[in-house]
Amino acid sequence: MAGSTTQVEPPLALLAELTHRCPLRCPYCSNPTALEGRSAELPTEAWLDVMAQAGRLGALQVHISGGEPAARRDLEALVQGARAAGLYTNLITSGLLLDRARLQRLKDAGLDHVQLSVQDSEPVGADRIAGLDGAHARKLEIAAAVRATGLPLTLNAVVHRRNIAHVPDLIALALTLDAARLEVAHAQYYGWGLANRAALMPTRAQLEAATAEVDAARARLKGRLVIDYVTPDYYARRPKACMGGWARRFMVVAPDGAILPCHAARTIPGLEFPNVRSTTLADAWSHGDAFVRFRGTDWMQEPCRSCDRREVDWGGCRCQALAIAGDADAVDPACALSPLHEALVALAERESAGAPPPYRYRGSDA
Amino acid sequence: MSAPLSADSRPALVAHARLQRDTARERWVVQAPERLFVLDEVAHAVLSRCSGTASVAQIAAELGAEFDAPVEEIRGDVLALLQDLADKGIVRDQPA
Ligand SMILES: C[S@@+](CC[C@H](N)C(=O)[O-])C[C@H]1O[C@@H](n2cnc3c(N)ncnc32)[C@H](O)[C@@H]1O
Ligand code: SF4
Ligand code: SF4
Repeated sequence: MAGSTTQVEPPLALLAELTHRCPLRCPYCSNPTALEGRSAELPTEAWLDVMAQAGRLGALQVHISGGEPAARRDLEALVQGARAAGLYTNLITSGLLLDRARLQRLKDAGLDHVQLSVQDSEPVGADRIAGLDGAHARKLEIAAAVRATGLPLTLNAVVHRRNIAHVPDLIALALTLDAARLEVAHAQYYGWGLANRAALMPTRAQLEAATAEVDAARARLKGRLVIDYVTPDYYARRPKACMGGWARRFMVVAPDGAILPCHAARTIPGLEFPNVRSTTLADAWSHGDAFVRFRGTDWMQEPCRSCDRREVDWGGCRCQALAIAGDADAVDPACALSPLHEALVALAERESAGAPPPYRYRGSDA
Repeated sequence: MSAPLSADSRPALVAHARLQRDTARERWVVQAPERLFVLDEVAHAVLSRCSGTASVAQIAAELGAEFDAPVEEIRGDVLALLQDLADKGIVRDQPA
């Protein structure tokens, strides 16, 4: 039934989620609502082995993320291990637990690049989203410290109804902070983000205005600032190739060592996930149930099965299909060919038009 | 927009880009965050010379000798390739 296990191209990148611990409480956070505690986390040696295995398997990049990866005191050692494995090493961070001295140590360990997130372009709104007073000011200091050590900087901003009007200010902030790249990512509705969807969903008019701003800035800043724009799903006509296609480009290792095709894959019932404590990355990638299950096109139903985009978007996102259609095997409802698409658009329009409900902050029980 | 490259430019990879051999797939790539550029033989020959000290004209002359091709033609191709990578934020002109 499932996709072919022969002749599988190795993954291009490893997403290493070192921890779920984090000092911030972003309501859009894509981490699962059931967060792993410190005691479940892999020890240093296990992570070093994961890096080495990823390099041998053919991965070229590692994105070190979390949670807040700097919550791990062995971060420097892990960066060093990643570089020794030949991986281009990118740190994805909120910045909160870093300082100039630690950034220097990370650079000395071989770190290639820092991706720093901000919650908004101005401190009041940003701190309210982050759930911590003073967070934004700290981030600006960290951005300066990143550049002072000579490390290249990407600024990342997740946008949603509370900050989407500030896209021009976020672009200006990226230039002020001397970032070479800006990632404007519309909030995706996984984990805490799904729990807060109505508080995050922008209107179509807000989305179109933001897209126009990004397009204009891209032309104006060509050669100076690269702007990556992650488009939202609910107002789209066709889905994105989620993760570049299931188990085609990315491999995720979760804090507890579970090996996943995408960071939200654990929401899908009935999938078995291998763990680095007992399975090699190579074995998981080629034969792991969760990897084989939706790889390629054999698993597809109609309308994907006979669609000429099936090897372009690979049927969209399985987790979104589950979340909306209640069936991980269904076509992604972001696709206009899905029978649920109109209902999805209506839901987005309804949620974005209503008064935003209060945030359900990450880590709180409410 | 930054100034276009010319024959006198001294191109270099930007700090966050890394030229690397992809041994698993037997090819050369340039890595940048969330980006991967796969290089053909010519692109690799050009980029491996982008040290920030050699000018576009010098790089073209070297390639002309190596590939036994007319330098005038090569210079235009090299410039077009580098300008494209500069627009993508991977190559920049090393300030003198
Ligand atoms: C989960 S965070 C972990 C790293 C670090 N704590 C941070 O926030 O930068 C990884 C990246 O995903 C982004 N992100 C988090 N939730 C998201 C969502 N729902 N949609 C899109 N991007 C999201 C963050 O801004 C960050 O760049
Ligand atoms: S998105 Fe926010 S809450 Fe989630 S891990 Fe990053 S900083 Fe922490
Ligand atoms: S029907 Fe399936 S393959 Fe075709 S565009 Fe929609 S999601 Fe993609």
